[in-house]
This record gives sequence, C-alpha cells and structure tokens, in this order.
Amino acid sequence: MTANALTPGIVAGRLDPADYAEQFTDLHPRLDDHEALVAADRCYFCHDAPCITACPTDIDIPLFIRQIATGTPEAAARTIFQQNILGGMCARVCPTETLCEQACVREVAEGKPVKIGELQRYATDTLMEQGVHPFSRAASTGRRIAVVGAGPAGMACAHRLAMKGHDVVIFDARPKAGGLNEYGIAAYKTPGGFAQAEVDWLLKIGGITVENGKALGRDITLDGLKADYDAVFLGVGLGGVNALNAPGEDKAGVLDAVDFIADLRQASDLSRLPVGRDVVVIGGGMTAVDAAVQAKLLGALNVSLVYRRGRDRMNASKFEQDLAASKGVRIITNATPVAVRGNGAVREIEFEYTDDDLKPTGQTFRLAADQVFKAIGQTLSGDGLPALEGRKIKVSGAGRTSIAGVWAGGDCASGGDDLTVTAVAEGRDAAEDIHATLTAEG
Amino acid sequence: MADLTTEFAGIKSPNPFWLASAPPTDKEYNVRRAFEAGWGGVVWKTLGEDGPPIVNVNGPRYGAIWGADRRLLGLNNIELITDRPLQVNLDEITRVKKDYPDRAVVVSLMVPVNEDAWKSILARVEATGCDGVELNFGCPHGMSERGMGSAVGQVPEYVQQVTEWCKQHSDLPVIVKLTPNITDIKKPAQAAKDGGADAVSLINTINSITSVDLDLFAPEPTIDGKGAHGGYCGPAVKPIALNMVAEIARTPSLQGLPISGIGGVTTWKDAAEFLALGAGNVQVCTAAMTYGFKVVQEMISGLSQYLDEKGIASVQDLVGRAVPNLSDWQHLNLNYVTKAHIDQDACIKCGRCYAACEDTSHQAIAMSEDRTFTVKDEECVACNLCVNVCPVEDCITMVEMQPGEVDPRTGKVVEKEYANWTTHPNNPGACAAE
Ligand SMILES: Cc1cc2nc3c(=O)[nH]c(=O)nc-3n(C[C@H](O)[C@H](O)[C@H](O)COP(=O)(O)OP(=O)(O)OC[C@H]3O[C@@H](n4cnc5c(N)ncnc54)[C@H](O)[C@@H]3O)c2cc1C
Ligand SMILES: Cc1cc2nc3c(=O)[nH]c(=O)nc-3n(C[C@H](O)[C@H](O)[C@H](O)COP(=O)(O)O)c2cc1C
Ligand code: SF4
Repeated sequence: MTANALTPGIVAGRLDPADYAEQFTDLHPRLDDHEALVAADRCYFCHDAPCITACPTDIDIPLFIRQIATGTPEAAARTIFQQNILGGMCARVCPTETLCEQACVREVAEGKPVKIGELQRYATDTLMEQGVHPFSRAASTGRRIAVVGAGPAGMACAHRLAMKGHDVVIFDARPKAGGLNEYGIAAYKTPGGFAQAEVDWLLKIGGITVENGKALGRDITLDGLKADYDAVFLGVGLGGVNALNAPGEDKAGVLDAVDFIADLRQASDLSRLPVGRDVVVIGGGMTAVDAAVQAKLLGALNVSLVYRRGRDRMNASKFEQDLAASKGVRIITNATPVAVRGNGAVREIEFEYTDDDLKPTGQTFRLAADQVFKAIGQTLSGDGLPALEGRKIKVSGAGRTSIAGVWAGGDCASGGDDLTVTAVAEGRDAAEDIHATLTAEG
Repeated sequence: MADLTTEFAGIKSPNPFWLASAPPTDKEYNVRRAFEAGWGGVVWKTLGEDGPPIVNVNGPRYGAIWGADRRLLGLNNIELITDRPLQVNLDEITRVKKDYPDRAVVVSLMVPVNEDAWKSILARVEATGCDGVELNFGCPHGMSERGMGSAVGQVPEYVQQVTEWCKQHSDLPVIVKLTPNITDIKKPAQAAKDGGADAVSLINTINSITSVDLDLFAPEPTIDGKGAHGGYCGPAVKPIALNMVAEIARTPSLQGLPISGIGGVTTWKDAAEFLALGAGNVQVCTAAMTYGFKVVQEMISGLSQYLDEKGIASVQDLVGRAVPNLSDWQHLNLNYVTKAHIDQDACIKCGRCYAACEDTSHQAIAMSEDRTFTVKDEECVACNLCVNVCPVEDCITMVEMQPGEVDPRTGKVVEKEYANWTTHPNNPGACAAE
C-alpha cells in the first residue's frame, strides 16, 4: 500500500505497518514494583477518605493502597474486587481526574493526587495475572436469574448473583461479551485483549452462562424471561445514536463514532482500517475524544473536534481534552453543524458559531472533511421495556423498574453518569436487591 | 486460609493483634470502636489506685520525628496512666467484656509497691470479668518519679515481689510488662518468671528527648518553657524491641515464657517478624494513634496472605521460627564469602555506592569516566554498605562465592567447611576444632 497522511479520501494504511502497535500502545503503562511503592507511599490513609466517597463503587482506597505499600498487592486486589469486580477495567478507563483523584486530599492541597487509578491497576493486574479468582459461590439457592446485556452492568450484576448462589444466564445481542469494554473503550486504554481476559476471569466464579447473539426483542422477550426466570436484570446500555439534524447528514463518509470505534476495537490489523485525511468529529464527550484521537493515531492528517458549547461544558474531562490536543487534535468550540456538503460523499461541513446558550451568531465557517464522526450521544433503543424517565428506563432504589421482578442498571437506567464504574455499581447493587428480594420471598 | 486465632497465656483472641495499654484503650468508646474495626484484644489503659485520679499536664504531650513527607517515624510522650476514676474504668471494662466475649480484654495496673495496694485492686479488677492483668513496670516518666512504673521494672527484686503478690491474690493470668530502660532485659524477665508470671510483654517506651526548640532552648514537647524526658515509641523503636524480645526468646532459663511483642509494630510484616522471633502475639499503640483503628485490617490481610503463601497453617506455627537462627557473633561462619555485584542495567549512575565505599569503607568500587560503577572483588569485604545506600532496590546484590574459588581479596581458597572465630588462628583464646 502506498497511502500516507496526505492521501485524500478514506483509505487504509496511512502509516508504516510497524508504527501501528507503537501508536496504540498502553496509555499508562503499568507501574513497576518500585514505582508502585513510591506512589503508594504518598497516600495519607485518610480517615473516612473523600476518595472512597468519590468512587461510585466505594472501593476502600486507603486500605488497598496500604496493602500495596506493605507488599501485598494481592490483598489489595481483593479489597478492590470486593466492591468492584471490574476493578481491572475501571483502573484503566475511569476518568479518575473527575472521580477519586479529584477528591484526593493531595490533589486539593497540592494539585498532585495519589495515583489511585494506576495503583489500582498494579494491584488488580497482579492478582489477575496469577489467574486467581478471589471469590467462591455460596451454596446454590436454586434460583435462576436472566441478565440482558453483558456490559459492565450486566457482568457485575451476574457476578454478585452467582456469588450469592444463584444461577445466571446472560443474553447479549453481540457476538462477544463485555459490552462497551469490548466494543467502545479506546484501544489505548485497554490493549492486549484485556476486555476478554477480564470476562473469562470474572466467569471463573461459576454459575454464569453467557448466550451471545441473543437480542431482547428479536430472539427473546421480556415477558418470556419473566416467565422463565425468578428475576430479570436489564443492562442493555444505549444502542441508538442521536441524529445531527443537519441537511446532508446521510452523505457517504458520515458515520457514527461508536461504529468507527467498534470496528477499530475489533480490527485484527489496524493497517487495514481505513480513515479519512480530513476528519471532523462532532461532539464533546468521551466518545468524541476517543474517535478523534484514534483517527489521528491511524494517521489522519487533520482531525478537528467540534463542540457546540464552551470548553468548560464539554463532557470530556480536562485530562482527555489535553490528551486530544497532545495527539494533534484541534478542538473547536461554540460551533454547530448547519450543513454537510459534498457530491454523494461528504467534502466539507459548514458550521455556525453559537454562544453558550446555543444562540446562533450568524457567523459561519467551513471545514474540509472526507470523514465525519457523529458523537453527540447515544440513546436507549428497544420496545416493550419498563416505563421510561426521560429517555432511559426509570429506576428507583437499587435499580427497581416499573415492572415487578425486573431490575435495570448501567447506561440504560436513569440516574448516574454513563461510566463503566457507575454501571458496575448499579449492577452490583441491583444484584444485592434481587438477592434480598428473592430471599425475603423465601 | 491460615488460622489467625491465638491463645496467649491462656487468653484466646481471634487474631494476634492487640492494642497496647495507652490512649487508644483508655475508655469504653475507643475500645468498642477498636473491636468493631477488628482488633483481637486490648490491654486497657493502665489503672492506678482508687482515690483522686492522677493529673496529666494539659499538653503538648508528644514530640515526634518525621521522615520526608511527614511520615511519623518516632513518637515521644509524657502521658501518665489513666486520669479517669478507677470505678468508671472498671464499670466500662465490665460492659465491654460482656459485649465482646471473643476478644481479649486485659487490664493494665500500676499501684505502689505494697501488697495491700495490689491485693485490693486485683479483687476489683477480677470482678470485671476481664481475661488477665498486665503489670505496668515500664512507664519511664512521671510515675517513675513516684517509685512506680520503670522504677519498679528496673529492679528485678521488685518485679519478682509484685508478680508474686499478684499470683497470690488473683487467679487471672499475669503478664509483666517490661521496661527497655535497662541494660539487660533478661534480668527483669527472669524475675517475672521466678515470680510466677504467665507471660511478659515488651517493650514499654524508651527514655527520650525527641528534639530541642532552638529558640526557646527547651526540649520538646515544651510546656510553658520547660520540657521533660518522655517515652519513645513508634517505628523507630522496632529494632530495639525486636532484639529484646529475641533475647528473652533464646535464653534457656526463660524457655516457655510467653512473650507479647510491642514496639513499633506498624504493618503485618513487623508483626510477623516479632512472631518469628518468639512473640506469641503483638501489641500496637503508635500505629493506631497515627492511622486510626482501621490499620488492623491491613495487618490481618497481610499476615494471613503471608501465612498462606508460606504454607504455615496458624500463627502458632510461625511463633519462634527465627529463634534457632539467632546466633552469637562468634558463631557466624567466617568461611561464608560474598562479593557485591552491581547490575549495570539497573544502575542509575548516582554514585552513592562509590561515595560510601570510597570515603567510608574499603575503596572497593571503581568509577569510570562515563560513570560506570563496578566492584573491585580484590578489595570488597562484603560489608554490604553499598547495598544499603543504593536507591535502586536489587541493583546491588551480594553474590556468594563457591567453595574452591579463590577470594581475590585474601588470595585464599573459599573453604566448604564452616569455621568461626572460636577456632580461628587469630583468636588468642581459640580452641582447636574437634
Ligand atoms: C466510545 C466510548 C468510550 C467510552 N469511554 C469510557 C471511558 O473511558 N471510561 C468510562 O468510564 N466510560 C466510558 N464510556 C462509557 C462506558 O463504556 C459505559 O458507561 C458503560 O459501558 C455502560 O455499561 P452498560 O453495561 O450499562 O452498557 P454497555 O457497555 O453498553 O453494554 C450493554 C450490552 O448490552 C447488549 N445489548 C444491547 N441491547 C441488547 C438487546 N436488545 N438484547 C441483548 N443485548 C443487548 C450490548 O450488546 C452490550 O453488550 C465510553 C463509552 C463510549 C461509547
Ligand atoms: C501516649 C502514650 C501513653 C502510654 N501509656 C501507657 C500506659 O498507660 N501503660 C502502659 O503500659 N504503656 C503505655 N504506653 C506504652 C505503649 O503501651 C507501648 O508499650 C509503646 O508505645 C510501644 O509500642 P508502639 O511502638 O506500638 O507505640 C503509652 C504510650 C503512649 C504513646
Ligand atoms: S488530638 Fe488535637 S484536638 Fe484532639 S485532644 Fe489532642 S490536641 Fe486536642
């Protein structure tokens, strides 16, 4: 292949084949033993620590860091997994800068938090690489529970239920388990097939069957599941994508960012994955940043990320904005797409500057574009679901839906941020509630 | 999972981690919270005679030594025994023990050296339902000025006498807490044993002045311009405490005397070291005062992981494992020869090993123009100072020479056989090897 950064259009192989691995290498390589000890030493073992409160899964952070500091990362991992069975993935993907590390007293005092996320990875990797699954199942209860969706919410829910002695069947529409851990998270956050390794490791608890290629609404129905199982948990995430509502949106080259990312995550050879020369990403969240950065890493010449409000309103954290900028992504704010132009395929997009209240200013500009990624939010899709609140499944308490016997959690359920760690917390808590409910029923 | 339960001097507890007699155990409120956090037992803050309680200075009561980043390494205190009325403490002990039957509750005592004083307090303490008593012969400040605490602990005859009274007037297990402010720890330990003690515990705090205020020209902590010596504890005292515990553990005449190890226990590892050197359990004060009761959770998880990894089934099976390997200098193997070796890949070229060896040791490290540091085997005596000053773990290691090799420093062949100073030709008192 002779493509390079200057080759117009959407083409594969813009980089030297040898460079791809380097481009998509681990964002934060794992700490070595010495680095971990030095990082752990900075933790003050705070009382009633604010980092614990800031973690959606309430991991006892000071305790696990002390366990690292005293040479027992395995014990540290157990402390983490007790609260968060996907602590390994969360260590890689959590925006710690807006969670635990933001709350760290040393961040507040010095602007230099304890490296909680990296220490968490150090601990969880240590135990997982030993192939140790730290939990065992309680005696069988004879109860069967259906979980729909093998994303973080569904996996966390299933694991906790299995631990309590219930039998769980997970149904997922996709060919692989893991949800967005497998199909969505940026490649450089979870290289080396970690998502599948984590699924395999999690399933070692036993009592969980995963049925891939089974979609709710196509192959199975909620009524059917309710009839066949003692309880149902819905963790279907957000399958739909919002529309731009700009004329020309249907032109070739205009894609959903999540699809681009899923293709990238599933690609066995990145040098064969095509990418535009002039890529425009529309949106301001984690998905937008991930699409923009990965397009750039694939060798796109110009990548612009355009967001309709100001920087401070972007859902992507400061860290992620800086990451994008450091990879050469140009971030443009306060601009809304008004037209996608091109003859069949997109050639350019016209934007209009808007103020922070999205009031049009009348000033426009155009960006050359041969590939456009829409990253303006995902939506819940599917019929026959429990009652909604806004655009998500309405839940109260620990994920109870409007239908008795049906729980929901993760991105598809109302409340909480759309984050891996929040999905884990909601799945886990729903499992506890399901267990309590089934136990009370006797 | 290893069994962490312990039986110490007949007192059972779910784990070997007890809180030492000190402010953490001074009242019901604390002790309940400590038990909730997971501590296996407590030694209640030392009780004194009935009557008006002792009075503490308001404070400051502590002096401290910090490492970089203000890690607390050593603490010095001038607290006395409990300053709350005896009956209040006794009532609280009764309630706590009733609610926590599986935890060890031992009551520390310090009253003047006369039989009636001990007899009368023992009867009242026994009524609480507690599991044992600990005799505080260790407090090195304040109480010692009144003829108690270390003033007793420093006189073996008193130690024995008071222990005898306690055994005579009570059925409870008696633990004698020793002061380290003495030349030979074996003497008071022997006295305790001879007096019938069920166990000893050590160390109490070490006489100390942590620092001097150079503006006020007064020792710290400074109270209205003056300071007094205090008792030193925390991580800094661990090596002293370990040695004293080991001394007792390896003395033939003290065999079978259970030892509660105290002094600087901060992590599971510290605890495991005390246990390996002969302690049957450990007591903790400063670590709890520095980090809160929750630290015990790391001690529990760490010790059980360690025991599991070692395939050691219970705490009891760890106790004393290192004692047979504690030797005297004269019995160390003079034919064991090692040489320092610098791993060039790990070396960061700071040159600290060079400075240490060149300036203060044996000039056995060479430094090249390009800052490559190598060991000169012909000069290296294997003191391992370089290992200790090197900032990179495992960069410098001591490599054992094999029998038959020639030590380039001495020009002699390394012998396979063990040989020590007692038979060395340079030793005027050497006796020929049998
Ligand atoms: C591109 C991108 C990057 C992200 N990066 C981060 C990040 O760095 N850090 C972070 O914390 N969060 C990130 N997130 C958000 C995070 O991935 C989600 O919040 C999280 O995955 C939600 O978990 P979930 O289990 O609710 O849903 P999902 O992970 O979406 O899993 C839902 C599962 O349900 C299945 N499913 C859907 N519909 C059906 C059906 N009808 N029948 C059967 N199965 C069905 C799907 O196949 C999928 O496996 C990112 C999201 C995206 C899109
Ligand atoms: C403030 C303070 C008060 C103490 N009071 C007592 C006491 O009343 N009785 C006693 O036997 N030891 C007392 N000690 C000594 C401790 O019990 C313990 O022996 C010593 O601190 C060493 O252990 P550590 O290094 O874990 O702190 C006290 C220690 C401190 C710091
Ligand atoms: S710890 Fe501080 S606040 Fe508490 S009594 Fe002592 S001096 Fe006062």
